[in-house]
Amino acid sequence: MDLVESYRDDLRFLRRPVARSVVLTLVVLLALLPSVAPEHHVYILTVIALTAIGTIGQNFLIGFAGQISFGQAGFLAIGAYAFGHLRILGLPFLPAIVVAGLAAGLAGVAIGFPSLRLKGPYLAIATLGFGVAVYQIFVNWEVLSGGRSGLAITKLEPLFGMSRATTVYYWYLLLLAALTLAAYNVVSSYVGRALVAIRDSEIAAEVNGVNLTRYKLFAFGLSSFYTGIQAGLLGQLLGHLEPQMFTLAESITLFVAVIVGGVASIEGSLLGAAFVVLVPQVFAGSREFVPVVFGATILLILILEPYGFAGRLAKLRLYFAMWPLR
Amino acid sequence: MRTAQYVLAGLSAGSLYALVALGIVLIYRATRILNFAHGDVATFGTFVALTLLGERVPFSGALLLSLLAGAVLAVAFYFGVLVTAQRRDANLLGQVILTLGLALILQGVTIAVWGAEPLPFPFPISDTRTFTLGGVVVSHLALATLSVGVVGSVLLYLLVQRTRLGLALRATSENLSAAQTLGLPTRPILALAWGVASALGVLAGVFLAPALLLDPFFMLDPFLKAFAAAVLGGLNSLPGAIVGGLALGVAESLTGAWISIQFKNTLAFVVIIVVLLVRPEGLFGTEFKERV
Repeated sequence: MDLVESYRDDLRFLRRPVARSVVLTLVVLLALLPSVAPEHHVYILTVIALTAIGTIGQNFLIGFAGQISFGQAGFLAIGAYAFGHLRILGLPFLPAIVVAGLAAGLAGVAIGFPSLRLKGPYLAIATLGFGVAVYQIFVNWEVLSGGRSGLAITKLEPLFGMSRATTVYYWYLLLLAALTLAAYNVVSSYVGRALVAIRDSEIAAEVNGVNLTRYKLFAFGLSSFYTGIQAGLLGQLLGHLEPQMFTLAESITLFVAVIVGGVASIEGSLLGAAFVVLVPQVFAGSREFVPVVFGATILLILILEPYGFAGRLAKLRLYFAMWPLR
Repeated sequence: MRTAQYVLAGLSAGSLYALVALGIVLIYRATRILNFAHGDVATFGTFVALTLLGERVPFSGALLLSLLAGAVLAVAFYFGVLVTAQRRDANLLGQVILTLGLALILQGVTIAVWGAEPLPFPFPISDTRTFTLGGVVVSHLALATLSVGVVGSVLLYLLVQRTRLGLALRATSENLSAAQTLGLPTRPILALAWGVASALGVLAGVFLAPALLLDPFFMLDPFLKAFAAAVLGGLNSLPGAIVGGLALGVAESLTGAWISIQFKNTLAFVVIIVVLLVRPEGLFGTEFKERV
């Protein structure tokens, strides 16, 4: 039985022994992976790791704060190109990533201001407009985007005698772990509760003393910070950036990851990121089926299981916890 | 005279934006759902028209059948997916995401069936033969597009304002529960709204296809611009959609002429952002009050 006797207990990360052992096993498996798996698998997991960072970020905005956003591509582009230019200027990897995230976060706050009084469909259209406008600007403004040939980024140096792919893999896993822990922290704090209150009823939240402006802007800023980091990491992995990488399709892919994995759920974000990365791999021979699978999965998820993969997982855990009672 | 030329070109493009925007607004008014699949349904219908024209079906027949195909697809989606979701208490955001799912599925299916290569669209009205009115040169196609836009808008106006069916549609849009209480069959009425809206989209697609080459994503830009036009005119105002579409078309054409051809496409998105900042309900829309 999962009996919690104090608030402090409730907030503890990985409270139950089962959860602890599962996560520990997962961490060990991920750490050992490069020594047993082919490099292609390591690469896929690296991509999943960076997509997961962006998905967690978008989950803050869409899942926890309930603000619909289709502007992901805009924040991706800003973060990526900030990272790219900083690397060209000679900044090392970690500071460049942080600054890129901050740049995207600032853009998020800037977009958050006009979005304060927009709701539902209007917010969706506004963010959609922002995302496409940023893409258009990067396509047309060659100085920023490197034009036709794109922007080249120096690759990371291999460390401790591991191959470059493995080094990148471990870096990205570390970043993912740190950002996931930070996300859990945010979500179980006052801030997280404020965001959820805003999602459920803005007027009631305001009546209860939640400063709508501050927390909506925080949601936009934090989610864009994570999204900017994802884009920087992608740029570092590929060693190359061009505007075509940041079209509306990218926004929709991140959105699908959030919905399919599970809104308002950090484990769900990881699952959703894995989903959107693995499906194109499975359908590598017939690319046109990828949007069909995404679309069909969205339909099935929304009709059958609105809380996504994480929701289904939670129901499974509950079933086994309550067994033999229903 | 050059200005008149640009204005006319803008009106022609704008009338197509207006047709697509009418479809978006029709669905939004009736169901408060933003139909993200609108562009992809229109693309699907246009590809159906292409196949029919390839089978030597005469143009008018192919056009009517493709309009029907688009309408049937939308109605099937409404009854198959949306009503099912509503029966399970899906909220509004969930239904909007369902249209996104439909859009993705249609994109994939269109690429799978017709390939991703751009295809030429055989059209009976020529793009290159022109009339000259006063000092202004206008192609047959542009004139036909403008007329189709006007005729489509007028027909929709007659349907919505002058028929009992239109009255029922307006009643359902205004207050769903009251309409149901009065005994109106709201599900078939809403299905009709979806069907008519999608047919308008396909009509716009068929007239856009000769100018742009037909590929699975050819409606993406016009669809986004139609969104901008609908926002400009007011998301719940049908005349607003027409005015917004025409205004956006002309503004875009003049921007391309006077400011920069590169940023011509960005105008629509700037319009969206400015309108939503200054007056979110658009030129002719009415504000929805939020209930506590």
